[in-house]
Amino acid sequence: MIKITEKSIDVQKIIDTVSSLGAGAVNVFIGTVRNNANGKNVLWLEYEAYETMAVSQIRKIIDEASHRWPLLGWAVSHRIGTLKPGETSVVVAVSTPHRKDSFEACQFIIDSVKSVAPIWKKEVFEDGEEWISARPALEMKA
Amino acid sequence: MNKYRIKAFGITKDLLGGRETFIEIEGHTVGHLRAALNERYPQLLGLRSLFIAVNNDYADENIQLNDADEIALIPPVSGG
Repeated sequence: MIKITEKSIDVQKIIDTVSSLGAGAVNVFIGTVRNNANGKNVLWLEYEAYETMAVSQIRKIIDEASHRWPLLGWAVSHRIGTLKPGETSVVVAVSTPHRKDSFEACQFIIDSVKSVAPIWKKEVFEDGEEWISARPALEMKA
Repeated sequence: MNKYRIKAFGITKDLLGGRETFIEIEGHTVGHLRAALNERYPQLLGLRSLFIAVNNDYADENIQLNDADEIALIPPVSGG
């Protein structure tokens, strides 16, 4: 299941989706919104996605993961819209026969989603806002 | 001249002044389009990276563009 959604993510539902009687492991990554960045308080984040491309890129990531690890079930759900600190922004879940594969596959998927999927976030502070990682000069300030 | 519809996301949406813009260029490759965009919107050169997607895939500079292609600007992604 691949989902880009404005609604809050139901983690238990995702775990149920990937569960399999043949699985000895379910591995879940939950990404949450931090309340600070570069020493400043974050009021909220604005997430935006190029949805059709995000889904097709995530599908490619899953295809690659399926070749490398024996996935029995998998799911990726990413929030878009306005998210407050503490809210869940992304959930990746996989099930595999043994635990080592589940850790590796889950990490591969979330790392790839973060580096390839066309999804963006803007941090909103008390005194301004900034698209994350967009400009080199801002990273140097960090 | 060839006219293309460009989708813009993230910071490029702010730099181009909207979610979508049209641009007319002489050439017909991703590289030609990039050069024209950089000329019209020099702020794009200040980004850490800028990919151009054609039909939902990252496109190389030598990819040929067609009228019906869905073209999008992909500034540095920051999902997760």
